[in-house]
Amino acid sequence: MIWQFDIIILIFLVIAAIISLRLKDLLGASMVFGIYSFLICLLWAEMGAVDVAFTEAAVGAGVSTVIMIATVFSTKRRSKD
Amino acid sequence: MKIFGLIAVLVVGALLLSATSDFPDWRDKDSPANKSPVSSFYIEKTEKLTKVPNMVTAVLADYRGYDTMFETVVIFIAGIGIIAVLRNFDGPNSSSIKRENNDEGGGLLARFTCSLILPFIQIFALYVVAHGHHSPGGGFQGGVMLGASYILAALAFGLSKAKDIFSERRTMIFAAVGIFIYVGWGVLCLLFGKEFLNYEALDSILPGDAKMARSHSMLIVEIGVAFTVTAIMFSMYSNLSTRGRLSKGL
Amino acid sequence: MDPIIATFIEENIVPNFNYWIYVILMMIGLYAMITKNNLIKKLIGMAIFQTAIILFYVSVGVKDTANIPIISHHGSEHHQMTDLSSETDSTKEIHNTIDKDKYANPLPHVLMLTAIVVGVSTLGLALAISQKIYKSFGTLEEDEILNKLRPGGHD
Repeated sequence: MIWQFDIIILIFLVIAAIISLRLKDLLGASMVFGIYSFLICLLWAEMGAVDVAFTEAAVGAGVSTVIMIATVFSTKRRSKD
Repeated sequence: MKIFGLIAVLVVGALLLSATSDFPDWRDKDSPANKSPVSSFYIEKTEKLTKVPNMVTAVLADYRGYDTMFETVVIFIAGIGIIAVLRNFDGPNSSSIKRENNDEGGGLLARFTCSLILPFIQIFALYVVAHGHHSPGGGFQGGVMLGASYILAALAFGLSKAKDIFSERRTMIFAAVGIFIYVGWGVLCLLFGKEFLNYEALDSILPGDAKMARSHSMLIVEIGVAFTVTAIMFSMYSNLSTRGRLSKGL
Repeated sequence: MDPIIATFIEENIVPNFNYWIYVILMMIGLYAMITKNNLIKKLIGMAIFQTAIILFYVSVGVKDTANIPIISHHGSEHHQMTDLSSETDSTKEIHNTIDKDKYANPLPHVLMLTAIVVGVSTLGLALAISQKIYKSFGTLEEDEILNKLRPGGHD
């Protein structure tokens, strides 16, 4: 448990969450959501929860991002806020 | 309208922030969660009673087998729910499995690369399922990787080619077989005289003593979970990307 | 810097910094779910809220000097034991009692595995429903949908 690593990843996590909600292009928002999932997977692997990190890497940064992009392609791509 | 939301969020945030001063110290080994007798039992006695070194897989598939069984059912219900919401069953053009030959997939570079790398992904996914007792992994992780490999094949070669391998009927049969394996194994334990999902009752048909029977049963049950998760991940993608018509992929 | 401020920071802020970031992440997710108009942004807020709660739970099981929760037997001692004694109940390991402080707590990990999978199922179903809403209303913004639903527009 390296506390410097911890603090840097947590600050990146908050920045990624805020950016993903402020982008008006929904495709970009889905991709930044994939970045958020991957950063949380790194945090868990550093905390010692390897099974949870494996599952989040496969499910969050894999399948969840793909189905969100599939939905954005079927509906509108710009959002008004 | 937004002001009310901001006020509500600030009030709840202030309440939670003031509660953090009562939390146990960060990384404390004597916090109430870490000193409880349940966690101590899981850490100290799992290897002796079930001969499985990975504590998380042992707790997930043996001590808390009920939760895992119903979690598999939840994934199955989500897959069926997506079909029920999106599929148009009574309309003029409601024949859903209509094959159109005008999607080539991702192009030459994607097709070539994926045809080189897909076998390795699938072999690694099967390894993760089978080796869940000794390394991080298990049924879920391997199943999601296997489902993601079929999604990759659908993206690179076009959805109609991927549906030749893994058609809609085969997907639903796989999903149902997975749950059937899990629940059927529990009923098999009932037929041998002990409670539902008590794996020690299967001592007579599995090789080894009662402890190894638990280890083997965990493997069978994880295979059932992997079947269901694979099929439902691919079905979710193929329904969501074509709005239920299954005609042309992304 | 003033020594009073320095000790205040060391005693009160550094140990609690992690917990504050978890609460801030939860509040960002909750704010997005309440105030955003677009349906896909609301779903992204829901997913952020869920993963922040799972992060908080997993951090409960962290111990100071702990390793991952997989018991490993050192290779050379194992081979030595199987050479000398070849019976089936080889439960007399080199380390008879497992030190509880050397392994992370496995119970939060197990519960959160189920939570992650249920979260992705919910997200898939919510995206399917939002596709259906787009097909029948033509838009994904919440205020336009509510305008069409009120009397004066078609239902």
